[in-house]
Amino acid sequence: MLRVKLSIFCIFCGLFLFNACRQDMADQPSYRPLQPSNFFADGQASRPLVQGTVARGQLRDDVHLYTGKKEGQLVTTFPFTVDKTVVKRGQERFNIYCAPCHGQTGSGNGMIVQRGFKKAASYYDKEVREKSVGHYFDVITNGFGAMAGYSAQVNVRDRWAIIAYIRALQESQSGNVEPLPIETMTDFAPSGVVDPKKQNPLSGSTPKVEKKTEEKSESGGH
Amino acid sequence: MAQIFPKNFNNLAKISIIVTALVVAIGGGVFNLIVIRSSYLTQAQVAIEQPIQFSHKHHVGGLGLDCRYCHTSVEDSAFAGIPPTRTCMNCHSQVWVTSPMLEPVRSSFETGKGLTWQRVHNLADFAYFNHSIHVNKGVGCSSCHGKVDQMPLMWKENTLQMEWCLQCHRNPEKVLRPKEEIFNMEWEPPADQEVKGRELAKQYNIPSKELLTSCSTCHR
Ligand code: HEC
Ligand code: HEC
Ligand code: HEC
Ligand code: HEC
Ligand code: HEC
Ligand code: HEC
Repeated sequence: MLRVKLSIFCIFCGLFLFNACRQDMADQPSYRPLQPSNFFADGQASRPLVQGTVARGQLRDDVHLYTGKKEGQLVTTFPFTVDKTVVKRGQERFNIYCAPCHGQTGSGNGMIVQRGFKKAASYYDKEVREKSVGHYFDVITNGFGAMAGYSAQVNVRDRWAIIAYIRALQESQSGNVEPLPIETMTDFAPSGVVDPKKQNPLSGSTPKVEKKTEEKSESGGH
Repeated sequence: MAQIFPKNFNNLAKISIIVTALVVAIGGGVFNLIVIRSSYLTQAQVAIEQPIQFSHKHHVGGLGLDCRYCHTSVEDSAFAGIPPTRTCMNCHSQVWVTSPMLEPVRSSFETGKGLTWQRVHNLADFAYFNHSIHVNKGVGCSSCHGKVDQMPLMWKENTLQMEWCLQCHRNPEKVLRPKEEIFNMEWEPPADQEVKGRELAKQYNIPSKELLTSCSTCHR
């Protein structure tokens, strides 16, 4: 009987000893995104991919889709068919990533420009309108002049969707300007069949008027 | 030898045991009800100092930037993402370029060494949370993070305790909103939220309360 009592006593003592070196479950040694680490030289827990790694489904073999070029030339067509859902997606992405500078109507007078950024290009300037879609893709990916590249923030399909929306914007405001070259009209025809004389299938999506522009302007200048 | 304790000390001893037990019970209750939920322990509503005075009030409320401009992965991953220095430099290559407030951003951009933001929200590692499922199923940022567009420095609007997760998982209809409103900081439930919420729950295919409150949903 004494033996049993003694061993129970020992077990409890043991438990108390182990208690002292318990693992804190709330702060586990595994890493979470962006957590620092003093194990690696660069101080980051996330490791960069080994050179040449290709994740499943991410072999970038579609040059047209990923670079906007074909045999070194800027493309003039979209890599996939553009329909209303693509343009809608483009509109949403445009308003997030481009409208701060280019404005929701694309005239180049967004909020950040009003706060001192260089005036962004207007999509309605003849020179800009006549650029190929491949050029637009290149601008979004690598930047242009004062504008930084957006490859880290906008994925490739969304970049093309944004371009489709910009084309729709240009089309919707082309009433009193020269019509777009037929070449670019082909760009956003739903299935490749185009009749340039017919109304554009996307002209229903007229841009929303800028509404955020003049609202608040607290906070000091420069 | 004379007795040290007279006989009536027996009663006193008993009473003092009961009183101690009561004090412990009431104290524990107060601790549980008030102290554990207090902002002193949970850090809720306490603004956190950062290496740079980055203001959501100016960038979201003032400039009208969308959350996704900076928190790019919030729609399709568990982690919302904190913007890299490059994102700040998209604008601050030209705006406020001489401001000493932005010196850390510029030197981080030049040296390639990231900024070290202090975490404001940090769940215990044994709990699983995922942004994309909430954001894609009609739970807006402001339902959990409050009016971010009015925060000069970021704070945690809610305690993030299990109790808080559960009060919504038991009754998600109260907060569900249409897809277009997710990033709208001004959204308030309309008068007929009861009906709308139930419709949206059906439309989004929200699982049953039993599933949403079962332990393995969050402790996996
Ligand atoms: C931070 C402000 C800013 C943002 C955000 C921005 N741009 Fe620009 N963009 C500019 C400026 C400034 C220019 C003019 C560049 C120059 O002339 O130096 C420009 C020029 C352009 C041009 C014209 C290039 C040419 O051939 O003249 C295109 C096209 C363009 N941007 C597309 C976009 C798209 C698409 C987005 C969204 C993904 C975007 N921009 C977001 C500031 C911005
Ligand atoms: C201009 C870029 C930018 C925009 C736009 C932006 N944020 Fe942030 N956000 C940041 C940065 C940088 C941090 C880290 C510093 C901090 O905590 O204040 C942050 C931190 C946060 C945090 C706290 C993260 C933590 O440490 O737990 C939340 C929550 C958050 N943002 C929500 C939002 C919401 C909601 C919106 C849209 C209404 C938004 N942000 C828009 C840049 C931005
Ligand atoms: C889309 C453009 C844009 C981006 C991206 C951006 N800012 Fe700004 N930021 C501005 C503008 C414009 C102002 C001037 C504010 C005003 O005039 O109201 C400003 C002001 C500031 C200020 C000083 C004024 C204040 O108190 O708000 C700080 C500090 C700052 N930004 C930090 C950052 C950091 C850090 C990032 C990256 C996480 C960032 N910004 C990203 C446009 C931007
Ligand atoms: C259902 C509640 C909920 C909603 C809705 C929500 N968040 Fe969060 N958010 C959290 C929690 C909980 C954390 C802490 C996560 C952790 O510590 O692992 C967090 C953390 C963050 C962080 C810090 C980085 C990270 O992912 O841990 C940012 C930034 C953020 N949220 C931004 C947003 C934005 C932007 C939205 C709207 C699109 C949003 N959140 C919607 C609950 C929510
Ligand atoms: C404001 C309401 C709200 C809050 C607060 C909230 N959630 Fe949710 N959560 C939801 C809804 C609605 C769903 C259902 C989405 C679905 O699965 O269709 C959900 C689903 C989830 C899921 C996915 C379930 C699955 O089927 O895989 C996890 C995990 C989760 N929540 C964790 C948390 C955690 C952890 C917290 C607290 C930090 C939290 N949630 C706070 C509303 C909320
Ligand atoms: C909606 C998500 C969710 C569900 C469902 C859930 N939990 Fe939790 N639980 C959490 C979160 C989040 C925390 C961490 C709270 C914190 O960090 O303070 C937590 C913490 C805990 C803790 C530790 C408490 C502490 O003080 O450290 C225990 C124990 C626990 N949960 C048990 C359970 C059990 C048992 C169930 C099933 C009946 C359950 N949980 C269901 C989200 C959940």
